[in-house]
Amino acid sequence: MYPLKDQACIVGVGETAYTRGSGKTDLALMLEASMHALSDAGLRPHDIDGIIPPPLPSTSEHFAANLGVEDLRYAVTVHMGGASPVTSLQSAAMAVACGVAKNVLVPLGWNGYSTMRVRDMGNKSKGNGGGGSGAPGALANTIGEYYLPYGANVPVQWYAWLATRHKELYGTPDEAMGTVAVTSRKHAQLNDKAYMQGRPLSMEDYLNARWVSKPFRLFDCCLETDGAAAVVVTSPERARDLKHDPVYISGIAEGHPYPADDIPARPDPFTIGLSFATPNALQMAEVDLKDLDFAEIYDCFTYVVLLQMEALGLCKRGEVGEYAQGNRFALDGELPLNTHGGLHSEAHVWGMNHVVEATHQLRHEAGERQVKDAQLGLVTGWGDFGDGSLAIMRR
Amino acid sequence: MAETQEYRRPVPKMRGFAAEFYAYCKQHELRFQRCTDCNTWRHVPRDMCAKCGSFAWEWAKSSGKGTLFSWTTAMQPMLPQFADLVPYSPVVVELEEGVRMLSWLTDVEDADLQLDLPVEVVFDDVTPEVTLPKFRRAG
Repeated sequence: MYPLKDQACIVGVGETAYTRGSGKTDLALMLEASMHALSDAGLRPHDIDGIIPPPLPSTSEHFAANLGVEDLRYAVTVHMGGASPVTSLQSAAMAVACGVAKNVLVPLGWNGYSTMRVRDMGNKSKGNGGGGSGAPGALANTIGEYYLPYGANVPVQWYAWLATRHKELYGTPDEAMGTVAVTSRKHAQLNDKAYMQGRPLSMEDYLNARWVSKPFRLFDCCLETDGAAAVVVTSPERARDLKHDPVYISGIAEGHPYPADDIPARPDPFTIGLSFATPNALQMAEVDLKDLDFAEIYDCFTYVVLLQMEALGLCKRGEVGEYAQGNRFALDGELPLNTHGGLHSEAHVWGMNHVVEATHQLRHEAGERQVKDAQLGLVTGWGDFGDGSLAIMRR
Repeated sequence: MAETQEYRRPVPKMRGFAAEFYAYCKQHELRFQRCTDCNTWRHVPRDMCAKCGSFAWEWAKSSGKGTLFSWTTAMQPMLPQFADLVPYSPVVVELEEGVRMLSWLTDVEDADLQLDLPVEVVFDDVTPEVTLPKFRRAG
């Protein structure tokens, strides 16, 4: 019924260091992470015949030319902002499952701190052209013509419209947002790669931090970092000859809010891309939410995690304030959340680090932060104005 | 307004449909697209009616009355052109006709923002070429 179920797997993962000031180009970072992923898989660069680069200036041509891929059979790019990595896995799985490509490389990296800070979007003096032209193409018209004149040019403001209305309607307490921030920071302390390792965060710190755009405070916002991550996807048959036990892509789906290019116009603002993706991915994997051992949820902003929890069906609409409390998301809790520290406390590589972490967890190689006997986990993506994607992964 | 002579904030590019939308604003009229086959209003402007598939539409005049749907209060400038305004609140207004748009409120303190606050449109001629629709409390 679902021909994609378990037909492709992740066999290699790689990351660069996560820093502020890489001194390298986006492409160089991604090539470095890609070589780590290939080495992790036990593959050579010219074994790659499919490449799915992110919607950034570096293209599959650049990757193929650097890696020595002479016969590139599949090259495509997903334009869903931070939802792109997980949706790219879907594309890789389809290519592998139907034989278009054998080994697909999915890289993601940028200098998110050094050269592409969000606050510079649309800022002419920073060379981004102004007028919203720093925004993804599909959104440029809406932002440039209808948002920017009112000083609403960045995600922290757009997503705040969703958060404000949700808070006003359902009374979600600030502490629910704080739980997401504090949990990810706690988990980052056990992760040597995490940018925020050594910098713990208490609920008090969270609540006392300065405002950025209400209802978001400083620690509602994820990090801005430089770095890259990459994964290699292949078939279960080929995986048998490789270094690690495969991590299967059991269920995967993308979803788009409606309309995707304007937030205010949505009939129901809390129906996001993930709302559409969730039933498709869960049905494909033939699993239930209660079967999950952990969740790596795209955490550009704390409230975006809460909205996704409701979209996933972890709790009912409006009840996430009650759900997101206490020890539920600890490593030994009911649903360990963002076990690596997430975008909030490890690094912002568009959630590709969530995919890498899920792979480590399912290989049982996550060290001190290993979720005991993890068999099944989920990874979500969120991007642009609420595009979504969901991968159900198993060992 | 006083800042007309030296308005330095970003203005709409006014390409395509936006040129028409803002041209009506310049005449102090708030108009949105309305399908002339099924009468469905829409915003932001588009080529066709997503409800019935018709390409036939008109710029129909809005009552300019609506309610507050959501907001954020920017406490940190994300563009230097807005630094002097912080804090300011980009709000989402739902018009009587059902469409929603982004705007500013001219006479509501941030602390007084609340869902469903009744508002009505006012027009701010920010430059000789550009008029931005904004909203104030409705009486």
